[in-house]
Amino acid sequence: MKNIRLLKDQFISKIFLVLTLLSISTVVLIALGLFYKSIPILNSTSLYNLLFSSEWKPFKEAFGFYPFIVGTLWVTAIAIIIALPLSMLTAIYLSEYAHIRVRKLVLPLIELLSGIPPVLYGVWGVLVIIPLIQDKIAPHFVEFTTGYSVLAGGIVLAIMIFPLIISIVIEVFDNVPQDLRNASLSLGATQWQTVKKVVLRKSFDGIVAAVVLAISRAFGETIAVLMVCGNLAQVPHSLFDSAYPLPALIANNYGEMMSIPMYDSALMFAALLLFAIIFLFNAVSRIILYRIEKRNN
Amino acid sequence: MIIQPHISIQNLNVHIGENHILKNINLDIPDKKVTSLIGPSGCGKTTLLKTMNRLLDRQNDVRVNGKVLVDGENIYDPKVEVTHIRKKMGLLSQRPFPLPMNIYDNIAYGQRVHGNNSKKELDEIVEKYLRGVNLWDEVKDRLKSPATRLSIGQQQRLCLARGLAIEPEIILGDEPTSALDPISTQAIEELFMQLKDKYTIVLVTHILRQARRVSDYIGFVYMGEIIEFGPTEEVLLNPKEKLTKDYVKGFLV
Repeated sequence: MKNIRLLKDQFISKIFLVLTLLSISTVVLIALGLFYKSIPILNSTSLYNLLFSSEWKPFKEAFGFYPFIVGTLWVTAIAIIIALPLSMLTAIYLSEYAHIRVRKLVLPLIELLSGIPPVLYGVWGVLVIIPLIQDKIAPHFVEFTTGYSVLAGGIVLAIMIFPLIISIVIEVFDNVPQDLRNASLSLGATQWQTVKKVVLRKSFDGIVAAVVLAISRAFGETIAVLMVCGNLAQVPHSLFDSAYPLPALIANNYGEMMSIPMYDSALMFAALLLFAIIFLFNAVSRIILYRIEKRNN
Repeated sequence: MIIQPHISIQNLNVHIGENHILKNINLDIPDKKVTSLIGPSGCGKTTLLKTMNRLLDRQNDVRVNGKVLVDGENIYDPKVEVTHIRKKMGLLSQRPFPLPMNIYDNIAYGQRVHGNNSKKELDEIVEKYLRGVNLWDEVKDRLKSPATRLSIGQQQRLCLARGLAIEPEIILGDEPTSALDPISTQAIEELFMQLKDKYTIVLVTHILRQARRVSDYIGFVYMGEIIEFGPTEEVLLNPKEKLTKDYVKGFLV
């Protein structure tokens, strides 16, 4: 009897190990597959040119990804600049100040936002954000814009990622023991002092994790961004310029322009690039976090 | 009997949700004495302690009726400003909760939140209160290291020093030794004995021997009511109420 019980335990642990390895291996397989498919273009063009040339003329086999990389970074940066303060303040309000009834009412609504399909955000961006930028905001700054711009992409993305940041950060705040807040409050600290010096400090790791996740999500978001960014292969110089982020490039062209030599490989390289950006970004933030943790303990 | 109450609780009722946690509490906490609140787990003694510095405010579904007068001021008056009341009291919780910062900053925290940023004064305060809880010699070389690296007994003394550093008049202890080993417990108890000349101390405990060792007065709380209140020896050795007798009879044996 006893032996069967133990055998079962061993068997199950082996199975779980295999399943875990299987799920990790998909990441490796994706990376390898993308790399394999990018080999032709890597052979024909130097890596430096691929990354830093702005010349995008597929018919002449000139593939410079610089505008796309910069476009991706712009849109993501704008999104996080808008979303981070908004979502942090919302999370702080809901977790530390709001009455439980307000929280119970608002939180599901915010979580609902993250369930809305990206294409709806795209449509909403086209219907609301684009005209708003074109008619109300941009005329104060530039002479002409279509409204299809990195700013529009950033705003739409910001709205898409802030529910994510809010729900994770609230979760993190909930893990800060109430007694720790009480310790600060009982010394006569105000609510805000307690939030700033105790709650935020205690949840720093979790907040960073939430932001990393949100940024990764923003890097890869495709359809909504594609609908509002204008999709011009140019390096944006202002908030109101169009851009062409990497995911949009891949989604717009894959399967359509395959008759052009090297295009297939170029798009695979774009995918590899996106993969590498997200991978590097995650790795760097983990290292930073690890350093901070080590310093504090 | 009590000439000058420091905290005076009058007709206090606390409901949490549907539960009537504290029922019509009337209690005068004497000035510059140690008062222990004893009673079985879940009887409401911790809640009673938390009403004294309004730490219940943040809990959901709490209704507090009645008055708690501290130095004659009703702290449940809607117009009252809560931080200056809390500043009058140092709190010691069941487990030590050092703030997420280094040892020095933990002690300086209270002073800083009230606007004292003078390095020289803070240095003096940190040393004075760490010495006060006999922690200075153990930590003076690592004031800048995180407070969480201290042992749990050291952390509890740190938390006491942190509370004292805001120069309160009252110390509230919520079973402050329940997570500590006997030696750390003894250290905290001895500190209370030293401190009671200067501070009014309210101590929640379920260790009757501890209540007897440190306190001048004892209040017995049962099912949300104050059953008996009086000088320590009287309540423990010669209780008037049957409920108190049943609760303390293990102590007499």
